[in-house]
Amino acid sequence: MATGHFKEGIAGGRLLPEQYADNFSDLHPPLDHHEALVESDRCYFCYDAPCMNACPTSIDIPLFIRQIATGNPIGSAKTIFDQNILGGMCARVCPTETLCEEVCVREVAEGKPVQIGRLQRYATDVAMSENKQFYPRAEATGRTIAVVGAGPAGLAAAHRLARHGHDVTILEARPKAGGLNEYGIAAYKSVDNFAQAEVDYVTSIGGIDIQNGKALGRDYQLSDLIRNYDAVFLGMGLGGVNALRADGEDADGVTNAVEFIAELRQASDLSGLPVGRRVVVIGGGMTAIDAAVQSKLLGAEEVTICYRRGQEHMNASEFEQDLAAANGVTIRHWLQPKRVIAEGGKVSAIELEYTALKGEKLVGTGERLMLTADQVFKAIGQSFVSAALNGSGAALELEGGRIKVDTEGRTSLANVWAGGDCIFGGNDLTVSAVAQGRDAAESIHRALTSNGRA
Amino acid sequence: MADIRNNFVGIKSPNPFWLASAPPTDKAYNVVRAFKAGWGGVVWKTLGEEGPPVVNVNGPRYGAIWGADRRLLGLNNIELITDRDLQVNLREIKQVKKDWPDRAIVVSLMVPCVEESWKAILPVVEETGADGIELNFGCPHGMSERGMGAAVGQVPEYIEMVVRWCKANTRMPVITKLTPNITDIRKPARAAHAGGTDAVSLINTINSITGVNLDSFAPEPTIDGKGSHGGYCGPAVKPIAMNMVAEIARDPETHGLPISGIGGITTWRDAAEFMALGAGNVQVCTAAMTYGFKIVQEMIAGLENWMDEKGHASLEDIVGRATPNVTDWQYLNLNYVAKAHIDQEACIKCGRCHIACEDTSHQAITNMVDGVRHFEVIEAECVGCNLCVNVCPVENCITMEPLAVGVMDQRTGKPVSPVYANWTTHPNNPMAKVAAE
Repeated sequence: MATGHFKEGIAGGRLLPEQYADNFSDLHPPLDHHEALVESDRCYFCYDAPCMNACPTSIDIPLFIRQIATGNPIGSAKTIFDQNILGGMCARVCPTETLCEEVCVREVAEGKPVQIGRLQRYATDVAMSENKQFYPRAEATGRTIAVVGAGPAGLAAAHRLARHGHDVTILEARPKAGGLNEYGIAAYKSVDNFAQAEVDYVTSIGGIDIQNGKALGRDYQLSDLIRNYDAVFLGMGLGGVNALRADGEDADGVTNAVEFIAELRQASDLSGLPVGRRVVVIGGGMTAIDAAVQSKLLGAEEVTICYRRGQEHMNASEFEQDLAAANGVTIRHWLQPKRVIAEGGKVSAIELEYTALKGEKLVGTGERLMLTADQVFKAIGQSFVSAALNGSGAALELEGGRIKVDTEGRTSLANVWAGGDCIFGGNDLTVSAVAQGRDAAESIHRALTSNGRA
Repeated sequence: MADIRNNFVGIKSPNPFWLASAPPTDKAYNVVRAFKAGWGGVVWKTLGEEGPPVVNVNGPRYGAIWGADRRLLGLNNIELITDRDLQVNLREIKQVKKDWPDRAIVVSLMVPCVEESWKAILPVVEETGADGIELNFGCPHGMSERGMGAAVGQVPEYIEMVVRWCKANTRMPVITKLTPNITDIRKPARAAHAGGTDAVSLINTINSITGVNLDSFAPEPTIDGKGSHGGYCGPAVKPIAMNMVAEIARDPETHGLPISGIGGITTWRDAAEFMALGAGNVQVCTAAMTYGFKIVQEMIAGLENWMDEKGHASLEDIVGRATPNVTDWQYLNLNYVAKAHIDQEACIKCGRCHIACEDTSHQAITNMVDGVRHFEVIEAECVGCNLCVNVCPVENCITMEPLAVGVMDQRTGKPVSPVYANWTTHPNNPMAKVAAE
């Protein structure tokens, strides 16, 4: 019977103890002072900068980089936080290669953009390490706002509302605040418990009370919030995971990738975390990559991502795909799952069918492929669970299965706003959730104070 | 292959690149390393009169300013003339000249402003076999407080007097090094010329404070909480130096007086520019102090390649070639019209041309066309000022294109005139000279 790295089935301890820390160290280590100065010198201080326009939170990137270059990292951090109070996490998890850095003029000129994300991390790290708080609260307004979900949208909304002098109560179903920042990203993207440090930094402003273990629809209803608070912000994210729609997917060893990622983030001892010897991940987005790469880093021998369309259709950025490849993950395209094969109730293989585009439509070609697997991760998207909204009295209008909002984040219910992944039209990015939370907070503030005047 | 051998007032060197009188030429060790690296000559760091050597500060001697990526753009120093014993220097000069007969060794001198002092030093220098002397009338700090260096260089009468003493007391060629810390560089040059100097060299360093420490509120470089104006040099001073070289080269009184060009020369191109403006050779210091002696190899190869490419056979073909094109503003052709042109293929859309023009100039560059980020010159507004060219980070992306004669200038609504016309005859000039009947 093979042991260690080659243990059959789903097992922990595949690696030597010291390998875990190495494998899960910072993906993009922080820039030191010298590196930050050299990099900041590369910025051209563009007019109406493309990077700034590409940022969902519209951070004034040329300005914050210039502030780093001139020896003012604290001022730089304020420029970032003015637009994005979760600028520290966004610096770590933003797919900058498809946002600011993709449009950097030096990417255009030389194929080598200014490393905006890492510079942002440098400045925010300096400010946060000194616990430099920039925003005194306005005089108390006496208004109370309930925020559902302590993820990026909820935290951004809460901070902005608290700044304006309102009192905020955040109701969070999970034991910890942070949402996907805490539970949903690969461990090597945010090390040293940064998500909690950021929650502490954001809530230091005061006036934000986070209550954990409070799930909407279970512990309270939307109608309660509407009745008890002056306004409500819904930022509960996506609670559901899409099914494979493959026969036998209930077998042991078929897991939601998001749960695996969350478990890994919360694990205090990675060597105790079991992973399959041969892992198949179904999906083509960031979640698929995160699950696949981390399986590999935990010691899985073979990890294969199967995506039902072509490389050009993958939601995962090119950088993420390269990261997977560099870690030894095989990415296969044009394959859809048909059947999970189990032995003794445990997954032993997955049967897939080749696909092709017939016009606009994706169809199976009939040709099949069998991959040996002792663990299968489902990463084909998450869905909004609207059931939690039941019993809310007046129904909240949905669109495309998610909450419908206007440009300011107002839902169809008076005094109820929403933002983040739970709204229709979002792009599942942390930074977009922050922008939506922030903007909804401004809208709430205007509504409660007659155009911003208390 | 271009011949870059240099003959400067009879002093021969295999190339026109000399190290200027400065720390890199203070002793045999450095000079020999420089010659091994390929330098054509050196001006040995300034010797003073016999006696106890000068002393230097024991804190920082240099200060600097930097560009992007901490590239050194300007250096300042408060070092004095050599602080080594005169006899040691003389012995070393003699030995090095003996060992490197094909290289130029000129000795920089600074002694008190009395004839006896000069009479005393000149023969001992002559005895070393050095090729010539350079009179340090430029050093702006320390020595000037003692009535030497720039204190002499700022008074044309003293320059003429000392040059005359030297010419009377040595057979060696005399190069007079000028300070830029004056209002009109032509005056000291004329004085040196009147005294019979064989050549002038310029510029020496410029009075400067490179920075202020914002914790201690002390100027930098800081010695025990205080600072003193030091001499500024390096790439940042090159434009100032080139203008001064050109002013002397085109001044009717000094035209033809050999010039050794100094000031921020870092590359072959810098050297070629100085020579085109009238310098017979060049002296380098800061670039060597920044990068080491090896840079001369780039200078030699670059100059040769350029001369080959352009068909210039020898240095005589390039020295002074740009001098006739340096003129007064009043003689510039006001009928010449140029417009900026942006190469859309090369444009990286940083928008700096737009904002520079929009905020500070003539509102002549778009930033958005049909809802798309696009930078294009609005010819009807463009005065051809060149600011966009200067701020563009991509070389040759924006160019100034002259309008051909007869083409309509959209800004003025008039066709470009074929006639050269300058301010001296312009109707708006109240002093305009009326053309002779």
